[in-house]
Amino acid sequence: MSSQDRLRDPLARARGLGSAKHGTQHFILQRVSAVILALLTPWLLWLLITLIPADYATVRSTLAHPVNAVLLLSFLLALFWHSRLGLQVVIEDYVHHHGLGTIAQILVLFACSLGALVSLVAIGRIVFAA
Amino acid sequence: MSAICSNLHESVSMTQRERPLSPFMLGSYYRFQVTSVMSLLHRATGVVLSLGAFVLTAWLVAVMAGPEVYARFVECVGSLPGRIVLAGIGFSLIYHLLNGIRHLAWDLGYGLTLKGAYTGGTIVAVLAAVFTLLLWYFGFSAGGAA
Repeated sequence: MSSQDRLRDPLARARGLGSAKHGTQHFILQRVSAVILALLTPWLLWLLITLIPADYATVRSTLAHPVNAVLLLSFLLALFWHSRLGLQVVIEDYVHHHGLGTIAQILVLFACSLGALVSLVAIGRIVFAA
Repeated sequence: MSAICSNLHESVSMTQRERPLSPFMLGSYYRFQVTSVMSLLHRATGVVLSLGAFVLTAWLVAVMAGPEVYARFVECVGSLPGRIVLAGIGFSLIYHLLNGIRHLAWDLGYGLTLKGAYTGGTIVAVLAAVFTLLLWYFGFSAGGAA
């Protein structure tokens, strides 16, 4: 047993897993994305409510407006990022089976990445084919 | 004082039988508080919103795909089950946003006391109820016109 091992949590030693040294980064990114979402949510709700009674052409031309497109894309990228970070912690806290937890983490990462990329392509096509 | 004594008696007798482990949040051993329920609700609404994010993406894909697909999307979301889901996402968004601001205030060092946690919790609960009702009102009155 090295001197470093003696300072580690016994559970971490048993599992061979220590700190990935990314905890602070996770904390900061979760809060930065939260601030972006908190600032953009009132705008998004207003946009959605105004677009509910609108016809297709109006909806499409509104989303194609560069300001709306950029804000919407900012919202979605922050949203899927924030979702991934939050779901990661939920899985870490509640899924105690190591293998299942790992699979769940990978699925969440895939799903959130896919959601962000699909949103990016959809907004891109709406803007450039307007 | 007599209550404490009787509790002590009880705890002595309790060593004989199966005792609950800490904190045992599900079951009759655990007394819920406003703070723990709000914390749990923050996570639950966060999970709901993670699923709601894909509804937002589906909306964008429907707009991208054209008028026919968009009409089908609107029909789906405008149906009774669709409206119930949207109402749930709406509540989750309002609650998670307001309680998230409470969390950000804590991160900045504001209200990070027992009293602050309860005061902030009450403010969030009241505002969440008000804003959720407003959102539902505006959302459904806009939807009713379509």
